[in-house]
Amino acid sequence: MYPRSFEYVAPASLDEALAALKDNPGAKVMTGGMSLIPLMKLRLFSPPLVVDLGRIDGLGDIEDGGDAITIGALVRHAETAASDVVQSGAAALAQAASLTGDVQVRNRGTTCGALAHADVAADQTAAALALGATMVAKSAGGEREISADDFFVDALTSALQPDEILVEVRVPKTTGRAGSAYDKLGRRGGRSDYAVAGAAAVVSMDNGSVASARVALTGVGTKPSLASAVGDALVGTDGSADAVAAAAAHAADGVTVLEDLYGSVDYKTHLAKVYAARALNAAIAAAG
Amino acid sequence: MTTTTSAMGGIVRRREDPALIAGKGRYVDDIKLPGETAAVFVRSPFAHARINSIDTSAAEAMEGVLAVYTSDDVTELGPLLAQVPVGVMRPLLADGAVHHAGEAVAMVVAENAYIARDAADAVDVDYDPLPVAVDLKEAATDEVKVHEGAESNVLVTWYSHDWWPGVMELEDHRPAIEEAKQRDDVVVVSQEMVNQRLIPVAIEPRAVLADYNTGYGRVNLWTSTQMPHAIAAAVAKTFGLTNHDVHLVAPEVGGGFGVKLNLYPDEILTVFASRELGRPVRWTETRREAAYSSIQGRGWVGTATIVGTKDGEILGYELDALADMGAYSQNFTVAIPVLGLYVAQGQYNIPLAWQVSCVQTNTQTTDAYRGAGRPEAIYYLERIIDMYAAEIGVDPADVRKKNFFKHDEFPATTAIGLTMDSGNYDHNLDTLLDDVQYADLRKMQREALDEGRYVGIGLSTYVEVCGFAPSVLAEFGFGWDAYGLPTSFSGSGLVRINPDGSASVIIGTGPSGQGHETTWAQVVSDRLGVEFDKVRVSHGDTFESPVGVGTFGSRSAAVDGAATYEAAEKVRQKAAEIVAHMLEASAEDIQFSDGGAHVAGSPGHRVTWGEIAEVAYKPHKGPEGFEAGLEAHAVFSPGNATWPFGSHLAVVEVDPDTGDVQILRYVAVDDCGNRINPMIVDGQIHGGIAQGVGQAMFEEAIYDADGNLLTGSLVDYPLPTASDLPAFELGWTNTPTDVNPMGVKGIGEAGTIGSAQTIVNAVVDALRPLGVKHIDMPLRPRKVWDAIQKARG
Amino acid sequence: MQVSMTVNGRDVSGDVEPRTLLVHFIRENLRLTGTHVGCETSYCGACTIHVNGTPVKSCTMLAVQADGADVTTIEGLADGQTLHPVQEGFWERHGLQCGFCTPGMIMSAAALLAENDNPSEDEIRHGIEGNLCRCTGYHNIVRAVEYAGAKMRGEEPAPPDWTLDFEGVS
Repeated sequence: MYPRSFEYVAPASLDEALAALKDNPGAKVMTGGMSLIPLMKLRLFSPPLVVDLGRIDGLGDIEDGGDAITIGALVRHAETAASDVVQSGAAALAQAASLTGDVQVRNRGTTCGALAHADVAADQTAAALALGATMVAKSAGGEREISADDFFVDALTSALQPDEILVEVRVPKTTGRAGSAYDKLGRRGGRSDYAVAGAAAVVSMDNGSVASARVALTGVGTKPSLASAVGDALVGTDGSADAVAAAAAHAADGVTVLEDLYGSVDYKTHLAKVYAARALNAAIAAAG
Repeated sequence: MTTTTSAMGGIVRRREDPALIAGKGRYVDDIKLPGETAAVFVRSPFAHARINSIDTSAAEAMEGVLAVYTSDDVTELGPLLAQVPVGVMRPLLADGAVHHAGEAVAMVVAENAYIARDAADAVDVDYDPLPVAVDLKEAATDEVKVHEGAESNVLVTWYSHDWWPGVMELEDHRPAIEEAKQRDDVVVVSQEMVNQRLIPVAIEPRAVLADYNTGYGRVNLWTSTQMPHAIAAAVAKTFGLTNHDVHLVAPEVGGGFGVKLNLYPDEILTVFASRELGRPVRWTETRREAAYSSIQGRGWVGTATIVGTKDGEILGYELDALADMGAYSQNFTVAIPVLGLYVAQGQYNIPLAWQVSCVQTNTQTTDAYRGAGRPEAIYYLERIIDMYAAEIGVDPADVRKKNFFKHDEFPATTAIGLTMDSGNYDHNLDTLLDDVQYADLRKMQREALDEGRYVGIGLSTYVEVCGFAPSVLAEFGFGWDAYGLPTSFSGSGLVRINPDGSASVIIGTGPSGQGHETTWAQVVSDRLGVEFDKVRVSHGDTFESPVGVGTFGSRSAAVDGAATYEAAEKVRQKAAEIVAHMLEASAEDIQFSDGGAHVAGSPGHRVTWGEIAEVAYKPHKGPEGFEAGLEAHAVFSPGNATWPFGSHLAVVEVDPDTGDVQILRYVAVDDCGNRINPMIVDGQIHGGIAQGVGQAMFEEAIYDADGNLLTGSLVDYPLPTASDLPAFELGWTNTPTDVNPMGVKGIGEAGTIGSAQTIVNAVVDALRPLGVKHIDMPLRPRKVWDAIQKARG
Repeated sequence: MQVSMTVNGRDVSGDVEPRTLLVHFIRENLRLTGTHVGCETSYCGACTIHVNGTPVKSCTMLAVQADGADVTTIEGLADGQTLHPVQEGFWERHGLQCGFCTPGMIMSAAALLAENDNPSEDEIRHGIEGNLCRCTGYHNIVRAVEYAGAKMRGEEPAPPDWTLDFEGVS
């Protein structure tokens, strides 16, 4: 309940924050604090310096950039979930955000924070991966872009360097006959709590057949993973429930599925297929 | 104000609420004393290890640290006292070895909790890990001893035919049951089942604040407990003080459920530290720590067997089980299965052969958690009855009815020689079945299956036992003698008419949300005619309240409530003499109502309670020679426990693709006799059901092979939330008891005892078409799915 | 570090360590003890308060994060002696037993109704998902929130659904 002592800065500019990170090895960035503070209270993690981005202007916006939506580092889950732009252009992310934590957690925690934290059972990680999001990371030395495919490295480990800040995530919009969706089984059953297993799907249709399909899984391994075989199997089909079921049977192909308290390898492998299919069906329905 | 009347059976808004809804309730952690300090415990990372050394020097050197205590400092104060001292008692701080993960090894006291936590991290303990006995069945083999050098991990085995040797002479049903099994016209249904270990989780973590004033020779102690007098007595005994010298206050208590029905080391150690340091010492449990610093519950594995005819007559019921005691015995620990034995045969007039062995393991202690032995007992019984019904293809409601004790058989004697006061089981179950239109419900289920939907209907009946009695049970080991409080299962109440005509009611209970301040006021207002708003109730302060043993076992209304009723009756009799004098009438003709008293037949000929009180406190105005003042204390010692009962039904739907269970309906018809405030009774049932559903679907204390608890935080130990539960549909039948003058039985644990197996029965019922026969709780989706796969082969 | 904020309409300030949790600042420094601590992993919601109008868990915020914020705790919810409709609903519909989760539960419910004063039962149940109650089974909490919603809409609340003094299922 009582964190270890640490230094705290809440710089007014991104440059100051980046400088603080550069000058203080081991320093940790905080946006909402919903992942960081509990770990610090349990003393599982005790950074010497916390760099709070909360006072920096300009990081709290959701912007519609035409082809893509950018979500700033301070955008809360609740804002992502409620955003018209995200709901229409990146529905899977809005749905994942709406199923993250509970009301109070969604009011404090940030979408970028959840991505950077890379919890194995998080919701928005799978959505970002399926949507082919790009992470924009800044350090005192410059800026780089990391594709979602490369961003999630391991349990609680992203590709961010210690001196980098995930300043925004850029999510390509689904347009025209395309749609996306996220669904999961929660640990308390239904869609409640962290994902036992979940899937995000993005599908585009062309003349009654599937032009592209991308499915990402969460909860089944140490990191969110692309179920590439599903997309490969679905493209060119009519996207019917049968075609989806056949494609979803490949959900766990090439994915390292691990057992935890909430499911055996067999069960999680099965759920990967079930939720790949459910997310795909919803995405196809949304594609219209 | 929603309704109506403050009289018995009336619904009144709770007295407790105005403070609690405004954030003005005062729990232990809300009380602040000048100069107070904070304690934090150093806890073992090992489930079983020898302690080679404890280096406290770095911690002691830290700024703001006042003291670090280890076992050597407190040896003469321990081990912890217990009501039923069978097994190894808990040392206040680990003495040379630890026997479960999280066992307290040292206590740090500092200026505040942040500093104390820092210093606790700096205490260096050198351990030599030892082999552990964690799995219950393995522990029972004694291959690894929980305590090195102990004779056996098995502390005691309770048998239904011989549970109180030398006192209860009982028939052994085992030969008859064995004989029945040999018949060729019977079926024998047997199933091993786990009734998993739970962490109670009262939302208020336990907290204690001790202020030992050696000048007065008095301890002021605030603690979040269900049994104020017992804890005060135990502290007094430990420190060589009289019962009077420990002034214990249990202010608002944020949920109990049995977890606060225990004496804990922190309650002794904060007092000790306060004495040593001359300053108040506070300790507040953190949630993660609570899994180690407070008791856990349940933790049984056992095989239930029914032998019965093919048309549903049960010829014998057996349970052979192991019950997990954890590493140390605390308050009741080994006695919990006996409470299960009390209701082992439920509502059924059937032969019984029950044996439960109490086994120590290198885990946290278990003790009373809501229901305490009774949910376990009813779970095994009602699960195996369902399996038997399925086996013979008879509706589970019909099998139950066929074996009920009938209404005209009460008072009924159970197989273990106890007398159940009253029961009308057929009527109760019929009420439930009629109200849900059971036949239609079964039809709906069949139609759903035709659509490929797996809907299940689960049923359970139960018997509870409340208001433990008679007094002689104290000699069985259920008393408080070991705590320095040689009392029994009596309840107490003090009723005082104050000089202004208001009434004070002071009770010996230890409520934690049950609404005693409201219901006791209803009882006294009803008896005396003092306006409800002028009857004030207090509790939980050992300096003012009469000796009582606290709130547990659904006992408060039936025992302390009855005592208060009788105290009010004594006041009424004396007041009648005073009024007779005032109105120049006969005491027998005085009636009390509407804020005063009048002569029967002359409602205008009346005096107010203010006028009566004035006379009572001014002897010269009263009858010749009467004793001034107007108050009475009564102790009620019931001659028997009460035996509430009920029937529960759940409708669930299972997604066979994921194992996800949805509760569509939950209906409960409980019979707790007369009700003082039906609103409060409903609330108790709601909460009880939620805890049973929590066990059925979500909760489990999981230890790994090394004895580490994997589910100690609420992240991994999910409690049901609002979105997990349906609205509850409640019904009521009323079969009063004559055990106490109000005809009330108790309702605190009924919901929990009735619900867990109702859910499991429903889920198994839903999946029976797939061949599923049993799934162990909690019915997490993974287990349900695994069971489906297994059944499908 | 020095922090200043407005709590229940009053300007307050204090000197805290960076690690001081907002809930501890509220309880220990300000002695507003209606905000409770029931866990350490942001699950129980007993510590729920409003920060700049939205419900958050004050055990998972540092006091320094709230510097400059407008905070409302349970003590500031009523309008003088007049209870907030949610407080009234909890009293009228027996929405509490031990009362420990109640302040946080009420703060969540008040925020829910501020956004939508006519939520469905399902919306209520999901809206208070971040607040654990071990006593009530949530049944009467839902009824309490429904009562408050009706009051806020200027309607007569539905009658209570207690099991009244006749036998059978009500």
